[in-house]
Amino acid sequence: MKLTNRSVQVDRSPMTFGEKIYLPAIAKGMAITIGHIFKKKATVSYPEEKRPFSPVFRGLHILNRDEQGRERCTACGLCALACPAEAITMEAAERKPGEEHLYREEKYAAKYEINMLRCIFCGYCEEACPKDAIYLTETLMPTNYTRESFIYKKEDLLIPKKQETK
Amino acid sequence: MQLLQIDIAFIIEKIVLISVILMGSLGVAMYATWGERKVAAVMQDRRGPNRAGPMGLLQPLADGLKLFFKEEIIPDRSTRFLFILGPCLAMLTACMTSAVIPWGPDVTIAGRTVSLQVADINIGILFIFGVVSLGVYGVMLGGWASNNKFSLLSSIRAASQAISYELALGISLIALLMMTGSLSMRDIVGQQHGFWDNGYFTWNFFKQPLGFLIFLVCTFAELNRAPFDLPEAESELNMGYHQEYSSMKLGFYLFAEYINMFISSAVMATLFFGGYNFPFMDQVAASVNPVLFTVICVFVLLFKIVCFILFFMFVRWTLPRFRYDQLMRLGWKSLIPLAMVNMVITGIVILWVIK
Repeated sequence: MKLTNRSVQVDRSPMTFGEKIYLPAIAKGMAITIGHIFKKKATVSYPEEKRPFSPVFRGLHILNRDEQGRERCTACGLCALACPAEAITMEAAERKPGEEHLYREEKYAAKYEINMLRCIFCGYCEEACPKDAIYLTETLMPTNYTRESFIYKKEDLLIPKKQETK
Repeated sequence: MQLLQIDIAFIIEKIVLISVILMGSLGVAMYATWGERKVAAVMQDRRGPNRAGPMGLLQPLADGLKLFFKEEIIPDRSTRFLFILGPCLAMLTACMTSAVIPWGPDVTIAGRTVSLQVADINIGILFIFGVVSLGVYGVMLGGWASNNKFSLLSSIRAASQAISYELALGISLIALLMMTGSLSMRDIVGQQHGFWDNGYFTWNFFKQPLGFLIFLVCTFAELNRAPFDLPEAESELNMGYHQEYSSMKLGFYLFAEYINMFISSAVMATLFFGGYNFPFMDQVAASVNPVLFTVICVFVLLFKIVCFILFFMFVRWTLPRFRYDQLMRLGWKSLIPLAMVNMVITGIVILWVIK
């Protein structure tokens, strides 16, 4: 029973003289290779040129602020719960009366750490956050030397105040 | 006092010539590694090394320094003397062949006639052939002394490949010898003077096309270069006979391969393509300074060598590797009979046609 009609009978005829001496095949091969010299090169000269990322590219995390510059993160723990690699840990703290301009709600994250060696950049934390506090940006992860330096603290993750996106 | 009548000028001239040729062949081998990577890249739709210096020209320097700075590891159970001797032999035979190649016509400087050939022995081709056969020792010793089964297998294959193709090489050279009547390289180049000589081309390529083809294929096999590169890439999972080597000994093996490529291109250019001769050379010789003419001739020879080296690289990156039994069948059952047929045809042509 034939599954498709694309099958071809194997050609077992003896080699022709041209095939036996192999030289015409070599010449054809060399013509192809020489033709490739004059084609456009596929190399991207990184870092001068970069390949464009897709809009949904998942890079490094960033903790967002709102329009008034207050941190959005309330340490609710949904991102830590959603993370399949258990990379996020946090400690909550209560907002003191003088800190209204710093934090949006009464609960904020005193310590927020993401272990980049565990993170798999899946984006579940971004999907799980109810406050739009954590995003995955287009920044590629830089290299480092020790394991401890890969645990990114809250200061590393937060958007700096002067450069916030409106 | 007869013994002390040493011609100082002669010695100095030979020393200078040897140094220049040696430095030149090392330099060409270094930049052949750069050229190989660039040529491989452009044929594969990518750019080669272009970060180390402009267009990557300092890349061979970086590679050499890297090899220097690595740690020299000598395996504990290896035969130490042979282990160190292997790459030395490979490099020695690679450099020795350059002594009999005529790099240019004689030049007259300050009344002395300086010949640009280090040693004009009258068995030039035989010397080259003998030294190339010695080159097999470097590979065999490397594989044996490594005390490693894979290296041994690879070096056995390399040795068998080399000796199989030497036969066809020799027989095709016999046919060439019948035409030229002399083994001396200087005479062979002298007979290929100019390009056209009342009726036919003077270069041996046009007189012995089949012989050239056989010589070319056997040269690929002697250089362990694709598509015959079983010894270096077959045990590509392991690196073959230079697996246990590190640092400069490995550098010597790799370098010896490129110097061999340079010298084989020079031999082919000299034997079949007229060496330093080019069309209209008599008119050029009459109209320029003799020293400049010699320089032009040397550059013509270098140009031919570069063309051959580029050809070697093209073929390497075009063809897939031969299987070992296909390689042996080609060497023994195809090339040797073909070379003998070539010899017989040459004999017939000489006796009955040329008279």
